[in-house]
Amino acid sequence: MLQLTDEKIKQMEEKARDIRVSIIEMLMEAGSGHSAGALGMADIFTALYFQILKHDPTNPMWAERDRLVLSNGHICPVYYATLAHSGYFKLEELKTLRKFGSRLQGHPDRRFLPFIETSSGPLGLGLSQTVGMCLADRIDHGKYSGKQFYCLISDGELEEGNTWEAMMLGAKEKLQNLTVIVDRNNIQIEGLVEDIMPLKPLKQKLEAFNWHTQVIDGHNFKEIIGAIEQAQAVFDKPSIIIANTIPGKGVSFMEHQYKWHGKAPNKEEGEKAIKELTHPINYAQPKLKT
Amino acid sequence: MLNQNLKLNTKIFDADVERETTRRGFGEGLVLAADQNKNVVGLCADLNESTQMNLFAKKYPERFVQVGVAEQNLVTVASGMAAMGKIPFAASYAIFSPGRNWEQIRTTIAYNDQPVKIVGSHAGISVGPDGGSHQALEDIALMRILPNMIVLSPCDSIEAKKATIESAKINKPVYIRLCREKTPIITTEETPFEIGKASILFAPPMTAQVGIIATGPLVYKAIMVAQKFAERGISVKVLNITSIRPLDFEAIINLAKEAGAIVSVEEHQIVGGFGSAVAEVLVQNYPVPMELIGVHDKFGESGTADELLEHYGMGIESIEIAVERVMGRKK
Repeated sequence: MLQLTDEKIKQMEEKARDIRVSIIEMLMEAGSGHSAGALGMADIFTALYFQILKHDPTNPMWAERDRLVLSNGHICPVYYATLAHSGYFKLEELKTLRKFGSRLQGHPDRRFLPFIETSSGPLGLGLSQTVGMCLADRIDHGKYSGKQFYCLISDGELEEGNTWEAMMLGAKEKLQNLTVIVDRNNIQIEGLVEDIMPLKPLKQKLEAFNWHTQVIDGHNFKEIIGAIEQAQAVFDKPSIIIANTIPGKGVSFMEHQYKWHGKAPNKEEGEKAIKELTHPINYAQPKLKT
Repeated sequence: MLNQNLKLNTKIFDADVERETTRRGFGEGLVLAADQNKNVVGLCADLNESTQMNLFAKKYPERFVQVGVAEQNLVTVASGMAAMGKIPFAASYAIFSPGRNWEQIRTTIAYNDQPVKIVGSHAGISVGPDGGSHQALEDIALMRILPNMIVLSPCDSIEAKKATIESAKINKPVYIRLCREKTPIITTEETPFEIGKASILFAPPMTAQVGIIATGPLVYKAIMVAQKFAERGISVKVLNITSIRPLDFEAIINLAKEAGAIVSVEEHQIVGGFGSAVAEVLVQNYPVPMELIGVHDKFGESGTADELLEHYGMGIESIEIAVERVMGRKK
């Protein structure tokens, strides 16, 4: 059991806030990119990189590292910002996002950042690759290799058939060291997920596919970390965590707005967003939609 | 007039020439590759027996993954395994893989440069009775346009075995094109094989008047045509190209320089396929009159392999006519 003190939670909250500020700065500088999903996943990325993952920023290719696959690559500003804040590269480099010659491509690209597990962007491909990684690891090291495999997917991405093919294989092979986190933010590029292609009842669907399924508040560190620990205590099936998140979390005019799925803030919007993030006391957060 | 240096099958002109499927060669080659390297793994989409991956799956069940009828998953799971250091062979029918899962192959295998070996069996029109929906006539085009991808189209079972073994040794993505039907054995175990290298299989002892550049089991028909012309005193040389990518530019250009006229032969759409690849080399380096044998902008139908090859213009007679025609176009 990880020791999760109030002090530790406060540190993570501060780290997540710094990551959100970096996300806004990067997107403002880039002039294009995906804001809402990136902000919404900042807490989960923080929990993973600063509490959960076995990794070493000074030795990114460490063979024994846990594997994390970001399937919905368009939220990469949060990925890059988290990697930078973890020490994989300098914060300064974040400002090169989406620019010619940058390692921080518009979608995560292994040709430029060889230490990430895969290139992503085209949706629906991450889970099956993670399943393949688990299977390969099991061939070499058996069921208890000491490595954990994480795949982050979006709710919109559950509309891709390939994702469900991977679900079936993961359950068939009882990949107990595989944990999937679904960013259940209810938006996709053209509107609300439930309008475009309803996923409900999502929990029951995933359970019917024989996955251990939990639903959490994706902004609550105790719930995030508790659910991941719970997932790893399940030994007869893979685990999936439906993380309810607020797209655009932390910036009032972006929250819950699908228009911010694929949009970057301009200078004025960006400065306003950073002010809100750094002075949260003046900003009343809307309630989580149920 | 077979190239003596290549130690080809001397019984090739006999009526009872031995026949075997290229997929069988793959199946045997995979077992040998797996014997040599413990990182070789196999994945199949419910076509173990048809693709002959069952030979491997039986010997190495712990290194075999059955993904079910899910070709998109087949190649992406393979990519994940490659990311962990495995050398995955992912087998299905060519119409489904790379037919159905092209973008998965592009993004997770070619783009990532993962050494997955995509094995597409039952390619071409010679699948026969299953009909047009199952006849992959586009797979060469789909695979040869991808950066990083190596594309191999073996001419017989023995070459398929060697192609499989060599594929396992190179740290690159590979597509191996296989066929359903038993076809004549052209090469022997002693025939040299190298990815990226083409070889002249048939060469009358005088300057070539036409060069046939062929791929896959149709190489046999190309040799039969060249032999018929040789009997008439006309020199036609046959270049076998197994490696469509990387392509042996030098061999193609040299034959064009010598013969001054080229016929390409493939069991595939001529648009974007193997003949197009040959034409791309010639047009940029040494343009000569050229005829392309293959399927002309049509889908297939049910029939025997021979009936269909004849009907769709890939029979011996069609190749003969193309040779005559291209000779007539020489200045």
